[in-house]
Amino acid sequence: MTRSFPIVALALAGLIAASSAKDLTMGFIYVGPKDDYGYNQAHAEGKAGVSRLPGVKTVEEASVPETIAVQESMKNMIVQDGASVLFPTSFGYFDPHILKVAKQFPKVQFLHCGGLYTEGKHPKNVGSYFGYIDEAQYVCGVVAGHMTKSGKLGFIAAKPIPQVLRNINAFTLGARGANPKITVQVIFTGDWSLPVKEAEAATSLIDQGVDVLTCHVDSPKVIVQTAEKRGIYSSGYHASQAAIAPKGYLTGAEWDWSHVYGNYAKSIQAGKSLMDGGIPHVVRGGLKEGFVKISPYGPAVTEEAKKDAEAAKAKFMSGSMVIFKGELKDNTGAVVIPAGKEMKQQDPELEKMNYLVERVIGSTKG
Amino acid sequence: MVADSGGTARRRICFCIQIDMSDSDSTVPESVAAPAAKAGLRRISLPRWRGKLEAVALPAGAIVVSLVLFGLFCAANGKNPFAVFASIDKAAFGSWYAFQNTLVRAAPLMLCALCTAIPIRLGLVIIGNEGALVLGGLCATIIGLKMPSASPASVHIAMALTGAVAGGVWIAAIGALKHYRGVNETICSLLMNYIAIALLSQAVNTWIKDPASLNKPSSYPIPDEQMLQPLGETSIHWGLIFGLIACGIAWFLMQKTTFGFKVRTIGANIRAAQIAGISVGPITVMACFLAGMCPGLAGMVEVAAVQGSANEALNAGYGYSGILVAFLARQNPLGCILISTLLGGLLASGGALQRDHQLPDATILVFEGIVFVVILYSESLYGRWRFFQERTV
Repeated sequence: MTRSFPIVALALAGLIAASSAKDLTMGFIYVGPKDDYGYNQAHAEGKAGVSRLPGVKTVEEASVPETIAVQESMKNMIVQDGASVLFPTSFGYFDPHILKVAKQFPKVQFLHCGGLYTEGKHPKNVGSYFGYIDEAQYVCGVVAGHMTKSGKLGFIAAKPIPQVLRNINAFTLGARGANPKITVQVIFTGDWSLPVKEAEAATSLIDQGVDVLTCHVDSPKVIVQTAEKRGIYSSGYHASQAAIAPKGYLTGAEWDWSHVYGNYAKSIQAGKSLMDGGIPHVVRGGLKEGFVKISPYGPAVTEEAKKDAEAAKAKFMSGSMVIFKGELKDNTGAVVIPAGKEMKQQDPELEKMNYLVERVIGSTKG
Repeated sequence: MVADSGGTARRRICFCIQIDMSDSDSTVPESVAAPAAKAGLRRISLPRWRGKLEAVALPAGAIVVSLVLFGLFCAANGKNPFAVFASIDKAAFGSWYAFQNTLVRAAPLMLCALCTAIPIRLGLVIIGNEGALVLGGLCATIIGLKMPSASPASVHIAMALTGAVAGGVWIAAIGALKHYRGVNETICSLLMNYIAIALLSQAVNTWIKDPASLNKPSSYPIPDEQMLQPLGETSIHWGLIFGLIACGIAWFLMQKTTFGFKVRTIGANIRAAQIAGISVGPITVMACFLAGMCPGLAGMVEVAAVQGSANEALNAGYGYSGILVAFLARQNPLGCILISTLLGGLLASGGALQRDHQLPDATILVFEGIVFVVILYSESLYGRWRFFQERTV
């Protein structure tokens, strides 16, 4: 076979195959299984949605670790399947893996979930997209604040990093709006997928009187299951977990990736690209833009809670809602946002969040 | 005496489970006592090829059986098994492009496997590969970051030495605890994995954290020009060369030197070794040190050739896969090369099965599981067939 310049030759063959078929081939890579009731499932559902569009072909690989394996998977999709757009969805794929492969295949577009693109520093064929899921978490917080009887909410989170802290804080602010007396107890497990620790954390929170549980881990499955088994309420994350907690599932903060991927597919089919500037390198959106949504309310949710949640949602939809505004204190009493200051969602300061707001029990030290 | 008991001891030591039970087992003293009788027999024995044939035929047969079992699994899932096999072959070994993919994945496995394969000759079942890799990668990064203006070659040498020594000390500590304090080496090495991973996590979250790495806490990056470059036009990195060399050295050391002979003697019968005047403690610690150097080096390569910084992606399970490789290779360092390549190929084909056949991502794990179980089962068949027994008349 073509042993001398195999990659170049195969890459060319792949590109020719892709362009002559006229089908747009999109490749999706997930770090975990597609049916994890969480992060990866949300992306796989997005992929399933976009694959129904005319003229779009999709390929996918699940459980690809953040090692050289993902570089090989990307190359294989380009070379063997003729993919011209890739969505390697795990945050950890970006640096160095996507950056390295993107340099080798300058005509292929790499779209990454998470938000690290820096103009001038990163290749032009790389873009990033992400959603303001803290808006959905805020609405979930409103529901949770209404539904709790003990006033104790529980939040099981992976790591004290800005994205996660932002969700905890938004959820807490939503809940505080509904019931100023609530507390949110946080437990950090230390990593994205540690089912045993997550189950232990859920059990210990419930033993301490927590009666609504939510989370930010890759797969909320075991947490929602534990909550249902112990007869308390749960609020989901990433995808809908309603199926595993038919009684206690209140609502959940979900991604709507099929909407986002559909938009990308349409732009690319219309001839736009990252390289010619037709597609922006950084794409963001919240409830209003259809990037995130909340799960349908579960049977336990009261009318009053629904009404308040819908009111909050309507404010997000109209663009008049600001979650992080002064005066805001952290849980050590220090003022983190002074009175009168509003931080809109696109404020870069929010992406560096390093505090937990008042009435959260826990520490950013983990 | 030396050469002969070496020959018999080697066959005894091949399989770790035997070793593990050897302290109380009556078979081992026989292996030390037997050489005189064996030496007498050997003069009149026919050429000894049947044992070698057995050592090839059993694993090969095991692979055929596992292919049949996996084929049934695919058929049960409504896929044509032959098309699936063709995909695996194509994605793993079908072209130079695919084979590079296989070799890249095999490289860390070779190095990690040695961490189990060497101490097992001492009779120690050490599974601290992951910890040694993580620690090697972490320490190599720390040193690499301290030399921002040094030439790439000196950075690589310093990083490689640091990574290897860090891994070596980590595993040597396990050997020392075992020999001097009687701590169970398997449990100890397993738990030390968690300590190493926690150290990495602590380091990248605090001591060496790059403040720009907000959502994926990482160390400061190694500058691009100081990274280990791939070999020529390929995607293969230096890890493969290190792996091949390390496996070669390990084989030579274990089979052809007095050090290796002492190690094997300790593994066969520690009392006999002590009576023979072998200094068991230092040799145990030294062999463990050498074993730990290999995954430590793998960790350095992972940082310097792949990741570019230390972060929790270092803890990707290469160490645990290395344990499997060591067992499947029957603790033979050269066998580790072969098995790592096979496993690397399987891992490389996992994606193709998902993309070409819409099989679930766990399919390749099912296949791996079948291969491992069948190969391990085949171990129990050694010596069962008369055909493979050496004729002595």
